[in-house]
Amino acid sequence: MFDFGVILAQYPQLLKGAWQTLSLSLISILIGFVFGHLLCFGKMSERPLLRRTCALYISFFRGTPLLVQLSIIFYFLPLADINIPSVLAAVLCLSMNTAAFQAEILRGGFQALPGGQVEAARDLGFTPLQIRLHIQVPQVFRATLPALLNETIDILKNSALISTIAVTDLMRMSQTIASSTYRPVESFAVAGAIYFIMTYAIGKFGLYLERRLRIS
Amino acid sequence: MFDITIITQYYPLFLKGLLNTVLICAAGLALGMAWGLALYSIGNSRLAIPRALYRGYVNLFRGTPLLVQLFLLFYGGPYFGLNLSAIATGILGLTLYGAAYFAEIYRAGFQNIPAGQIEAAQDLGMSPLQTMLHVQIPQMLTLIIPSVINQTILIIKESAILSIITVPEVTTAAVKISTETFSIVEPYVVLAGAYWLIVTAVSRGGQLWERRQMRYISR
Repeated sequence: MFDFGVILAQYPQLLKGAWQTLSLSLISILIGFVFGHLLCFGKMSERPLLRRTCALYISFFRGTPLLVQLSIIFYFLPLADINIPSVLAAVLCLSMNTAAFQAEILRGGFQALPGGQVEAARDLGFTPLQIRLHIQVPQVFRATLPALLNETIDILKNSALISTIAVTDLMRMSQTIASSTYRPVESFAVAGAIYFIMTYAIGKFGLYLERRLRIS
Repeated sequence: MFDITIITQYYPLFLKGLLNTVLICAAGLALGMAWGLALYSIGNSRLAIPRALYRGYVNLFRGTPLLVQLFLLFYGGPYFGLNLSAIATGILGLTLYGAAYFAEIYRAGFQNIPAGQIEAAQDLGMSPLQTMLHVQIPQMLTLIIPSVINQTILIIKESAILSIITVPEVTTAAVKISTETFSIVEPYVVLAGAYWLIVTAVSRGGQLWERRQMRYISR
């Protein structure tokens, strides 16, 4: 009844899609990490305007569905005469989305740090930037690692939505294979299995990383 | 630039979609919480096989995209004699998906109750069932409020994906309005605003409820 051979015969396409999914998700996570830091500092800032702008940004991207954000970015950019390829629009949207989530994760990490450390560093003559880079960020990164890895897994899974704006990711590839072979069950099951392997591997890598960082 | 007539003209379609979103989410969440509780009981078994089944279920549903699960249900269901309408598929999809998360939330809730309380209850002569009903469950329900609210918000947002399998909910309504009127800005701005309002309301309500309930727990 089921024929997985037909689907697996298309493995070059599946691998290409999986690579697209993995690479776009990881790029978005990295961009989101940097942008998320800026947002997090912005939301903790003492300037009311900056603080409110960042809070509004975070609230919007955490409070609306990714699918809606994707549609907005994909359809609104051409209205403003900005024509970028859909891959770029996808990375832009995933990064902007994850930045909001990572900003809140990082804020939790920064607020959990003992205040005495910053005072001590200041007394030792560290500049604010040095305090951030050498004292706060390494500790915050370690403390928030489990949450950041969860976010990475979430983005990898949610990236299936970029198939709706014609990015040839794993989901799109499996849809193409499903319609050309008339075997939707098998092709989506295979896609699910590949997604599962990727998220499982990231989860395991995360546990390994946590254990290593705890010892050192 | 922002044509308000589109909204005044098409708001009944939009409101109908919004109502469907609320109803589908409510059904999916309620069923997901119940199915999650059943799953948790299976996972809490002393036997190895139910425990392994539980882990398999949770890992599978948390490790794959909801979109893949919905496609499998929607296009794969008929192969197994499961001919459901789009709405029923949507509710079933949200239920199966949400339950995996809710089961893990219950587990964390029970684990966070100090073991000393259970021992104390037993020393006071309470039976295991009494301990469960009067000591563990009331506290567990309070402890998991933040996670439940979080998960509820996630499910509400993810329900937008149901539009891809043609469930007549609010995102589908917005897409339809957009194609009928050839305008993009208005339907999507209103759509994003509607989701944002629902999510913010649920989040605020959750915080109030949490504060009310937390009075009964001293830590």
